[in-house]
Formats: sequence, structure tokens, C-alpha cells
Amino acid sequence: MAWEFDSNKPIFIQVVERLQNDIVTGVYKPGDKIPSVRELAMAAGVNPNTMQRALQELEHTGLIYTNRTSGKFVTDNVSDIQRANESAVDKTVKKFVEDMKALDVKGEEILELVKGAIK
Amino acid sequence: MSTLIQCQNVTKRYGNTVALDNVNFAVESGHIVGLLGPNGSGKTTLIKLLNGLLVQEEGQILVGGNPVGVQSKAMISYLPDINYLDMSKTVENIAKTFALFYPDFDMNRAYDMFNRLRIDTKKPLKHLSKGTKEKVQLVLVMSRRAQLYILDEPIAGVDPAARDFILKVILDNYDSNATILISTHLIADIENILDQVIFINDSHIVGQMTVDDIRANNGMSVDAYFRENFRFADPALRAFMEDGKGEN
Repeated sequence: MAWEFDSNKPIFIQVVERLQNDIVTGVYKPGDKIPSVRELAMAAGVNPNTMQRALQELEHTGLIYTNRTSGKFVTDNVSDIQRANESAVDKTVKKFVEDMKALDVKGEEILELVKGAIK
Repeated sequence: MSTLIQCQNVTKRYGNTVALDNVNFAVESGHIVGLLGPNGSGKTTLIKLLNGLLVQEEGQILVGGNPVGVQSKAMISYLPDINYLDMSKTVENIAKTFALFYPDFDMNRAYDMFNRLRIDTKKPLKHLSKGTKEKVQLVLVMSRRAQLYILDEPIAGVDPAARDFILKVILDNYDSNATILISTHLIADIENILDQVIFINDSHIVGQMTVDDIRANNGMSVDAYFRENFRFADPALRAFMEDGKGEN
């Protein structure tokens, strides 16, 4: 999938979110090798230093790890990925509720609308 | 990471006109840096000083610890804002000349890019379109294994598809020990590949920041930030806009 960036947010944050999303949704599966910094930077059209920092951030949160001789891999620990997924879902819900509040839709009304949309 | 460019109290005048006024800044190796400023702000003057094409009246410029001269020139691969190649020569011949001139020129790298761009290297430059000529120049400049690449307006004359390719060429050839300094006024097209920007306005360096700090602190792109802060930076433009207002 092509990389697209919101021009008002730091690129670093968007790269981290995108890679997290790719891991959570299985674009990169547990244990998969991650492409090199250069390849990812080229694909995303971003600065290699930004990509490097983003990968370090993912490593810090435990979603990927570095094998010193063979590169970076997605963690085999499925519960870590599960946790990242839950946090992504949580964030999306919070943002949705915020957006609805901004449109002056509140509480039960939101629930009703969501129920209607699911049907 | 070490300091690659160091400008200390640099002043450059053309007669009575001050083009750069007591400029101070430093750039480390390992970055892609945007040199951004309105027309006439001093971008090209600064670039010419770094390349030894002009000499400052005051102050000192060090590149890789050396004053601008033979050693610094060997470290820099420079793309000027004008076409300086012999139009009657074929691409192939020009590449050979580059290889003779620059010991760090990588012919394989150049041909790999010419092939991917489908540039016919047997053709003389004058038979190529304006955009293709620009691509040839960029390929030649990026095919050197330099420590500092200075690109003066590299994307000014090309269409969006070619522009994307050029950005990929820059990223593809970027080695993490080198620094690329790119001057442009087309900020939006290029800001994702920059990690740092230097703003130059009215002969002064008015800021040096990281792209993500600008976005995080202002909630806007570097392009939007630039427009907001330098919209009326050009005195002639400002006078023109204000005249217009007066008449309405």
C-alpha cells in the first residue's frame, strides 16, 4: 500500500503508526524479517534517519527486535502484538468519540448511530 | 557525526548590496538538509561560497575542517541551478569526462540510473528535453561518492512523476555518512525527505530546525510554516500587495 502522510503531524509519528498498523494487521507477520531502513525509507519517501528512529521506537516497544547479523524481525511474541492491537483499537475509538462530540453527538446517541451503521 | 560545514560570521557583498550578512551556522554529516528561502534571500550566494565560486568579504567557511579550496572541493558534489554541460556532447561522453575529473565517480551507479530512467546515452544533450537534461545532471552529481552533495533547485523544471523519481534517486544514493544540502522554494514536494531545514531570509539565517519539531510545535507542515512566516518577506512583493490593498 502506498504511504500517505498528513502534512500537519510529525512524519516520525506517522511512520511509527503505519509500521505498527502493518504489524498488527499482519502485513508483517510474527517472526517476519522487516525490510532494511533504506528500502523502507525509499518505499515511504521519507528521510532514512526518520525511518531509523521509527524502527528504534518499535524496537523499544517490543514489536520488533534486531538480530545483530541478519537484520530486524517482527516479534514472535503474539501477546505483544495483541497488546499493540488493543491499544490501536482503543485509540481509534477514543478519536471517533471525540470527533462525534465535536459534531455535537453525545452518549447514547453515538451508540444508536453505531448500531444503525453496523446493521 | 561530525561537523561538516561551519560558517562563522560570513558576510558577502556585491558592491553596496549585502547578499549575506554575518551568517553563522553549522551542519553535521549524516543529514538531508533543506536550504529554504524566498527568491533573492541569499541561497545561491551561500551555495557559491561553499563551492568556492565566490569569496566572502568577512568571516570563515570550513568544509570538513578545511577552508574552501582544493580539499573541500574534492569532498563536494555540486549541482548548480544552471546547465553547465557541453550541449553538443553525448551523455556517454559527459559521463566519461566526469570519471576523468572525479576519482570518486561511480560509472556503474550512473549507468544503472540512466537505464532505469531510459535515457539514451548515445544522444547529444541538446537532443534531450529540458527535464531529461536536468535528470542527466542530477544522475552525474549523485553518482559521485562525495561527503557533501549540494543541490541547487534540483526539482525546479520537472513534472511530478520525474520529481518522485528524483527524490528516490536522492534517497537511494544517500549514504548515512554523507550530507545532502538541497536549496529549493518547492518545499511541499521535498519536505518528507528532509530531516532538517535552514531558513534564510533577507541575507540572514533566521532559523535552523528539524522538520518534525516544526510540525510538532506548530501543527503544520514546513511548507505552511514557511508561507505563514515568509509570505511578505520579499520587500518588492510586500509593497505590491499593499498597493493593491490601498486601491480596493
